[in-house]
Amino acid sequence: MDQSKIRNFCIVAHIDHGKSTLADRIIQMTGTLTDREMQAQVLDNMDLERERGITIKSQAVRIIYKADDGQEYIFNLIDTPGHVDFNYEVSRSLAACDGAILVVDAAQGIEAQTLANVYLALDHDLDVIPVINKIDLPSADPERVIEEIEDVIGLEAQEAPQISAKTGLNIHDVLEAIVNQLPAPKGDPSAPLQALIFDSLYDPYKGVIVFCRVKEGTLKVGDSVKMMATGAQFDVVEVGYFGAGQFIPCDELPAGMVGYMTASIKNVRDTRVGDTITHTNAPAAEPLPGYKKVNPMVYCGMYPADGAKYPDLRDALEKLQLNDAALQFEPETSVALGFGFRCGFLGLLHLEIIQERLEREYNLDLVTTAPGVVYRVYKTDGTMIELTNPSNLPDPSEIDYMEEPIVEAEIMVTSDYIGAIMDLCQERRGQYISMEYIEETRALIRYTLPLNEIIYDFFDALKSRSRGYASFDYEMKGYMKSDLVKLDILINKEEVDALSFIVFSGTAYERGRKMCEKLKEEIPRHLFEIPIQAAVGSKVIARETVKAMRKDVLAKCYGGDITRKKKLLEKQKEGKKRMRQIGNVEIPQAAFMSVLKLDED
Amino acid sequence: MTPLELYIHIPFCVKKCLYCDFLSGVFDEKMQRRYVAALCTEIKYMASKHADASVTTIYVGGGTPSWLSEDLMDAIMTTIKQSFKVDPLAEISVECNPGTLSSEKLNVYRSIGINRLSIGLQSANDDELKELGRIHDYNRFLHTFDLVRKAGFDNVNVDVMTGLPHQTIQKLEKTLGAVTMLRPEHISAYSLIIEKGTPFYEKYKFDAVKQQAGMPTEDLPTDEEAYKLYKFTMQYLENKGYKRYEISNYAKNGKVCRHNIGYWDRVPYLGLGLGAASLFDNVRSSNIRDIYQYVETSEAIADGKAIQTEFSSPYYASEEKLSKKDAMEEFMFLGLRKIDGVARSDFQNMFGIDIDAIYGPIITALRNQDFMDAKEGRLFLTDIGIDVSNQVLAKFLLD
Repeated sequence: MDQSKIRNFCIVAHIDHGKSTLADRIIQMTGTLTDREMQAQVLDNMDLERERGITIKSQAVRIIYKADDGQEYIFNLIDTPGHVDFNYEVSRSLAACDGAILVVDAAQGIEAQTLANVYLALDHDLDVIPVINKIDLPSADPERVIEEIEDVIGLEAQEAPQISAKTGLNIHDVLEAIVNQLPAPKGDPSAPLQALIFDSLYDPYKGVIVFCRVKEGTLKVGDSVKMMATGAQFDVVEVGYFGAGQFIPCDELPAGMVGYMTASIKNVRDTRVGDTITHTNAPAAEPLPGYKKVNPMVYCGMYPADGAKYPDLRDALEKLQLNDAALQFEPETSVALGFGFRCGFLGLLHLEIIQERLEREYNLDLVTTAPGVVYRVYKTDGTMIELTNPSNLPDPSEIDYMEEPIVEAEIMVTSDYIGAIMDLCQERRGQYISMEYIEETRALIRYTLPLNEIIYDFFDALKSRSRGYASFDYEMKGYMKSDLVKLDILINKEEVDALSFIVFSGTAYERGRKMCEKLKEEIPRHLFEIPIQAAVGSKVIARETVKAMRKDVLAKCYGGDITRKKKLLEKQKEGKKRMRQIGNVEIPQAAFMSVLKLDED
Repeated sequence: MTPLELYIHIPFCVKKCLYCDFLSGVFDEKMQRRYVAALCTEIKYMASKHADASVTTIYVGGGTPSWLSEDLMDAIMTTIKQSFKVDPLAEISVECNPGTLSSEKLNVYRSIGINRLSIGLQSANDDELKELGRIHDYNRFLHTFDLVRKAGFDNVNVDVMTGLPHQTIQKLEKTLGAVTMLRPEHISAYSLIIEKGTPFYEKYKFDAVKQQAGMPTEDLPTDEEAYKLYKFTMQYLENKGYKRYEISNYAKNGKVCRHNIGYWDRVPYLGLGLGAASLFDNVRSSNIRDIYQYVETSEAIADGKAIQTEFSSPYYASEEKLSKKDAMEEFMFLGLRKIDGVARSDFQNMFGIDIDAIYGPIITALRNQDFMDAKEGRLFLTDIGIDVSNQVLAKFLLD
């Protein structure tokens, strides 16, 4: 195949600006799928992806397009995850492309993720063509959006296709722009092999299916290959390209092609996203740039609601991990919750997705403890530990100081809400960096924020305080020294390990008080009074009491109908089984999630 | 001869009270006659299977049994006495509502051996009686009570209720004062329970949930107020010489309801009539609950027709053989409703194992929490244990 007839590209957009719809429309217009085969959003093939309207895994599809110049072109369209949690995956997918289509909503204009994604694409030296979508909307204002794109991003946009991905209007313009404005791949098919892994998928029959972009050389069936970062070696069993929703084997993938390979690989961890595949015998001198090992940012404890389901939870996590190298877990025990796992995730969305998949696909009932970030604890003996579980915090006398991860956040907001959003950032311990007006009524605000402050409900708070007009993106900026304490919760004088969390000392009192109030609502009355206390070290900083139940007696006339009486007692006993016993106190499982809801009113 | 208790169900009411979820309804006299005939057929049918038992108590409950005309009550008692061996000293009770008795009816009751009456008063406050949907006012009750005493009944119970909407200590005190002044031998004090399927449920369901959660309520007493009403009742009645012998039952001079105690002691009993429950040979069963199906079953049996059924009696709608575990659980959660609790030796004799081998840790824990106590070979709940008996008794269910 002539390299000049290949176009490798992706589509980038802010969430809901129509990325997946445009991808579907391109696939449909080029006849890759018949209308009948076409199901909405072909590329988002997990139920969860379709429901949430987000892309979790990268997907790719090969399309043949007969252009107006009479030539046939091969389009390799790579769909990228659209969430900041998966930023690294996005960057690897972009590295597999030569160009990008930037979709901007004709009514909403540029949003925070538009900028983040377009900068990411430009960083990878991709040629970007803007496309203005949703021009069928009554509120569409393409002229304003063109101006925004030119002013803010600096891309020429006068000729940008103005389309409606939903109705199919002007999609042809986009296809022609891909042919005429995006570059063909370069690369020498006879050079030493360098193929970039941009995703992988576990298949029970074939093993790991590695998605790759061949940059130099040629990848063939039977080749002996090596992963340059992990060092793992394999013999290639199959190579091929992506049809819509299926894998189509071929003999070889020459430089410039996007495709897949299988090699009876058992574990996705051997084929890390961003790694370079080369030949064992004639290896490339250098791997492709940009590989890094992704580390979880957010940790939480996951426990089966029914202790007997522990092995089931382990099996389920192992299965999910086959497909998700970023998911980490290790066994842990909690006095309160029994046996479970400390799990690491890329972010809160990643956590929620895994939690939902465990519950839905594996039918597990889970108790999840409050998510936390990875703290660095510098001890007086000069050592440093990375703390993922608050219970493992060393004694304060052994701690020299602690650091917490911080992010740089970019928030785009209409001018009416700038004050409200700055207040929010301030409350969350934000440090103001800068603010610039993108246009008369919209500004881009930059703040440094502790990651811990944005993992719970920052996004919700942002949306509610800006009536939905603010958009948000962030990037890790490393660690910063911080005054942190461990807040413990004592129920009936007993410390409940699963409820402890690390908090900024200035907000400890407030969090402790709210936590006690919340737990008071969650814990049912018992036969005795239950004090609920929040403590930092040995100092109690907040207290609530669940009053004793004084009367629960059925002074009812039953006659001889004893069965009914027994059913009532059984119901009572059943209810207790769904609770966790801490000392004498039965705690409903929902209570362990209370910390997540502290800011709700 | 093995002792046996009989419960006879009369599912008829002049009008259904607004809180009541018992199996009863408003039916005309024609239906009442047809039902009593069917009941007599069942009495004979069941008696043939229990020829060697000695009937120690009979309790006619409802509904409103006293609403039946005296000839129907006579027919029922006569049939029982002809079919079963009834102990000459048997306790024979009938539930009555004020306004459904006359001196003639009471004389018939006396003549057919009825020796105990239970009168449903519920409250001495007319506004509360109206709210409950009762058919009578307080004066009507006084009149009925007078007739009962004049007819010579010396074992009489009066029912009162606590936890009524808007009930105050003052109102409750008036009811309790009015009742104790009449010196009935027995007083049952029940709490109002908001049951599904009643008009009260529709009216008070949200309030009932709030009450249970210990939150402020609209009409029903709060949990704390209900507790005070219940405690006040107990102290008031005990001050007047009524001894509590079961969670909601009080008696003077040892005049306890023997039939009722039998339920808690797991004495075998046959429930006869619509929906009535039985315990015999460690089998718990209950009768058909559809009145037409019930009378048709009886009429078919009277005609000598064979009836297809999966149960051991054509009258049963459910039947469950109790395991030893079930029986032990029942022994505890029923026996502990009595103030004097259960005897360790009874457990040993009944199940051939020491009570501590099964319940030792639970008993110890409850005793440590002061919910239970032990004396002279008996285990019983303390006052505070009774207050929260639903919680405490549930602990005796085995895994």
